[in-house]
Amino acid sequence: MKFVDEYRDQELARTVAAAIAAEADPDRNYHFMEFCGGHTHAIFRYGVQDLMPENVHFVHGPGCPVCVLPVSRLDDAVELAERHGVILCTYGDMMRVPGTKQRSLIRAKADGADVRMVYSTLDALKIARENPGRQVVFFAIGFETTTPPTAVALKAAEAEGLRNFSVFCNHVLTPSAISHILESPEVRDLGIVKIDGFLGPSHVSSVIGSQPYEFFAEEFQKPVVIAGFEPLDVMQSVLMLIRQVNDGRHEVENEYTRVVTEEGNVKAQALVSDVFELRKSFAWRGLGTVPYSALRIRDAYADFDAEKRFELSVKASREAKSCECPSILRGVKKPTDCKLFGTTCTPQSPIGSCMVSSEGACAAYWTYGRFRDQQPAKLEAAE
Amino acid sequence: MCLAMPARVVELLDNDMAVVAFDTVRKRISLALVEDVAIGDFVLVHVGYALHKVSVEEAERTLRMMAEAGVLEEELEEISA
Ligand code: SF4
Repeated sequence: MKFVDEYRDQELARTVAAAIAAEADPDRNYHFMEFCGGHTHAIFRYGVQDLMPENVHFVHGPGCPVCVLPVSRLDDAVELAERHGVILCTYGDMMRVPGTKQRSLIRAKADGADVRMVYSTLDALKIARENPGRQVVFFAIGFETTTPPTAVALKAAEAEGLRNFSVFCNHVLTPSAISHILESPEVRDLGIVKIDGFLGPSHVSSVIGSQPYEFFAEEFQKPVVIAGFEPLDVMQSVLMLIRQVNDGRHEVENEYTRVVTEEGNVKAQALVSDVFELRKSFAWRGLGTVPYSALRIRDAYADFDAEKRFELSVKASREAKSCECPSILRGVKKPTDCKLFGTTCTPQSPIGSCMVSSEGACAAYWTYGRFRDQQPAKLEAAE
Repeated sequence: MCLAMPARVVELLDNDMAVVAFDTVRKRISLALVEDVAIGDFVLVHVGYALHKVSVEEAERTLRMMAEAGVLEEELEEISA
């Protein structure tokens, strides 16, 4: 079958694959972490791994916002809906994520809580306008792409004097998470995650630009290539990473120049810094507490901050005991290393968040990769 | 939820809003995050907001890829829901 255009062109894919095979040094292994769930998805959907030589490995990183949200924050959202009786609005992916005791927002909804799935913060604002007698909370999650829309909604609520609207803010920052993966003591002690370079996120970078990764490439001496989502983008980016590794370089290169610039979307950045400030620390699922890795609402907008408006009981939450999501998000383990994978835990009845989100590594393995990964002998032998 | 889809701007509304066309689906989105958008431009839309402008070629490429990968329908469903 002829692929539709040059980005899916099989000939071109073969050429890039041949270049990778020719340039990858057979005496070394290359471990590249893709940070973005979109890349994980593309790698599996198109079988990019099959086009790679045996010594080029993808490490699936923590780049899915649903997967990295700690259970306690989800429990808080459930509490907002159940105990405080608000209308809780959130993106669809959050609905099925199991919290403590497998309790999810969809269960809360079935039990009578008013939880509504929205496509956009615009919808949440609309619900607030239409229900002046009710408190409406937008359960905000996501990386740098979903943060600007939350900022716009907060500003709109303030401008309109929409007093029954607030945001439960869980926005997190990509560059600090990548740094953390490289410098956290666990990783240094265990020495398990071997990463030779990163595929930088594409749409996140369209907002923040490629510039924030410069410091990081320099500081940690790891190459970063900002990669588009299409399979050929991923392959081309791998080639660029291999070249950097071979040359001993560690630079930020941009493969996705058709969308990403150095400075990113300046207007969006300005809105975000007007409304949000850094949190001193935030707990990520799988990464633990990461300093300055998340945003909270500035005091100027405190009236619209659900964490200030509602009292949330701080409780210790428990991850499902055998779920290996924390190690998987660090790239330390593969989904198939989890006892529950494909038996108790499937996309139909997920135990952990990595199986809930279609961008999670477990879901991707289940949907596309599980058969190949059940014969991992070759891969293991190459390590 | 990280996917963004290109769409063509077909109408400009007040308050930084616009109507865009995804395939046959029309949707009101916000232009608050972008500048200088005109009717006929393509924008990359994520959770109801245009993140930036994209060229026609980039838009077509992305849409074709999404269609072929089978994600276009899922996304359209989510958008029109
Ligand atoms: S397979 Fe399920 S239980 Fe195991 S790590 Fe993945 S999400 Fe967690």
